Amino acid sequence: MSNRRINWYKYAAPANFYPLAGKMIPLFGVPAAILFILGMYVGFFVAPTDFQQGESYRILFIHVPAAWMGMFLYVLMAIYAGIGWAFNARLASMMAQAIAPTGAIFTFLALVTGSLWGRPAWGVWWVWDARLTSTLILMFLYIGFISLQSSIDDVRRADRAGAVLALVGVINVPIIYFSVQWWNSLHQGATISKNSFKMAPSMAAAMFLLLGACWLYSIAVVLARVRYIIREREQEAPWMAEAAV
Amino acid sequence: MDWSKFFKMGGYALYVWGSYGVTFVLLAGEVLMLLKRKRNLAKRAAPQPISSESRLNTSLQGVQ
Repeated sequence: MSNRRINWYKYAAPANFYPLAGKMIPLFGVPAAILFILGMYVGFFVAPTDFQQGESYRILFIHVPAAWMGMFLYVLMAIYAGIGWAFNARLASMMAQAIAPTGAIFTFLALVTGSLWGRPAWGVWWVWDARLTSTLILMFLYIGFISLQSSIDDVRRADRAGAVLALVGVINVPIIYFSVQWWNSLHQGATISKNSFKMAPSMAAAMFLLLGACWLYSIAVVLARVRYIIREREQEAPWMAEAAV
Repeated sequence: MDWSKFFKMGGYALYVWGSYGVTFVLLAGEVLMLLKRKRNLAKRAAPQPISSESRLNTSLQGVQ
């Protein structure tokens, strides 16, 4: 970089962000694949068998990252939607729209892997307890956001409506997070907290490797999706005629 | 290494492999759908060469 000062606002313009996003996809996608393989290796070949839950605990390595991603991505989506609404920034609204499907997928994965873990650990696939119910609500919020946006033809109106829904729904995220403390629950407490670290180091390593993989994957996929959204929304823009797919 | 023991996962094969299987299918599916979108775009973009007229419009808009 020859120029020391980077004009960050430059990349708030879809025309400038579009090629940059294209270049960044492999920078996140390739490390995501590497961390995923490493995490699976550590999770299945290095981490020992749990003395209480046997091999079934290995679901944790993907269940916890999926649940965290569902929550992180929701907050990120709401922030982008809020910025897009408050500052009339098109790109921020497009980012919110690009994040929603990936967040919904991770939330769905948290629910499914949780169910597959609940069956051997608790003897049931599902219980209507606070954490499970609030996570189900999180998935409905994502689905609501996606369907609300796609039901309104005027894109900027759709963005504003989506922003209201996303921002109101943020209240659900701390409810999910603290639900295991606030209510009696079948669900075990926080796996990682300030005072206790209840895992063998290799177990934690597998979980954090997969968490890193999920983060990088999400960034790559969201960048790819936001480029299609830019393409769709800016079809009429002159720069689009010369942009590469 | 005993692979059949490994795949049995101490009797939890359905739950453990089910979890990783559904994760893999959904994430790979998301990537495939994005790639499909890319192919569709490339197909649509290809047969439209930029006419000299639209180029002129573009440059005029830059001046305004």
